[in-house]
Amino acid sequence: MNMHFANEQEKLLHDIGVMDFVTIEMALYLDTHPNDRNAMEYFNHYNRMTNQAKKEYADKFGPLTLAMADTPNCSDWVWATLPMPWEGGCA
Amino acid sequence: MWNYERRLEYPVNITTPNAKLAQAIISQYGGPDGEMGASMRYLSQRYACPYREVAAVLTDIGTEELAHLEMVATIVHQLTKNLSMEEIEESGFANYYVDHTIGIWPQAAGGVPFNACEFQSKGDIITDLCEDMAADGAVM
Repeated sequence: MNMHFANEQEKLLHDIGVMDFVTIEMALYLDTHPNDRNAMEYFNHYNRMTNQAKKEYADKFGPLTLAMADTPNCSDWVWATLPMPWEGGCA
Repeated sequence: MWNYERRLEYPVNITTPNAKLAQAIISQYGGPDGEMGASMRYLSQRYACPYREVAAVLTDIGTEELAHLEMVATIVHQLTKNLSMEEIEESGFANYYVDHTIGIWPQAAGGVPFNACEFQSKGDIITDLCEDMAADGAVM
C-alpha cells in the first residue's frame, strides 16, 4: 500500500495506529491462549514498539494519554488545548 | 476503570458534509446493532462470566467497541459540519436537527432512541455468547 502523509505527525500517528492494532488483536488472542509463548513474544515486540512510538509522539506533538502528559517542555496543559481526535486533520 | 487515548482507532477525515448519509450511519452509533449496544453488551455480560479468560475477552472487546463508537460519532459529526439551513431541510436532517441540532445522540436511522433492550445480559455464559454471535457475529 502506497500511503501519502501530509507531515511527520500524520505518519507517526498512522504508524501508532498500525502497531496498536496488532497489540489489540494479539491481546484478544492471548486472552484465550494465555500459554502461547510465541504469541506472547509477538505481542511483546509490537507492544514495546507501540509504547516507544507513543512516547516519541508525546515528545514531539503532545500526549496521547494522561500517563504521557507531564512533558517538561510544555508550558501549557496541552491535553486540553490540542485538537480533539474528532476534529479531523491530524488530530 | 478506563483511560482515554487521545486519538481515533482509525483516522476519520471527511471533507464533504453529507447529512443524508449521516442519518443512515448514526444507526451504527445508537441503533439496534450499533456500537453503543455492542460495548454495553460485552461490558455488562462479563461480571457473571464464570471463566476468567472469557471475561478478559469480553472486557477487551467491550473496550474496543468504545473505540468504534468514537469513530462512528466522528463520522456523523464530520458529515453534519457546516451545513446550511437549505441542506438541512433538503437532506431530511431537519427532523433530527430540531431536537439535537448538530449534537451526537444515540438513535437508530429511523429515529428510534437507543434502548438497553437492544442487547441481553442473562448471567448464563452460553445464553450470552449466543446473543453475542447473533448481534455481532456476521464475521464469526
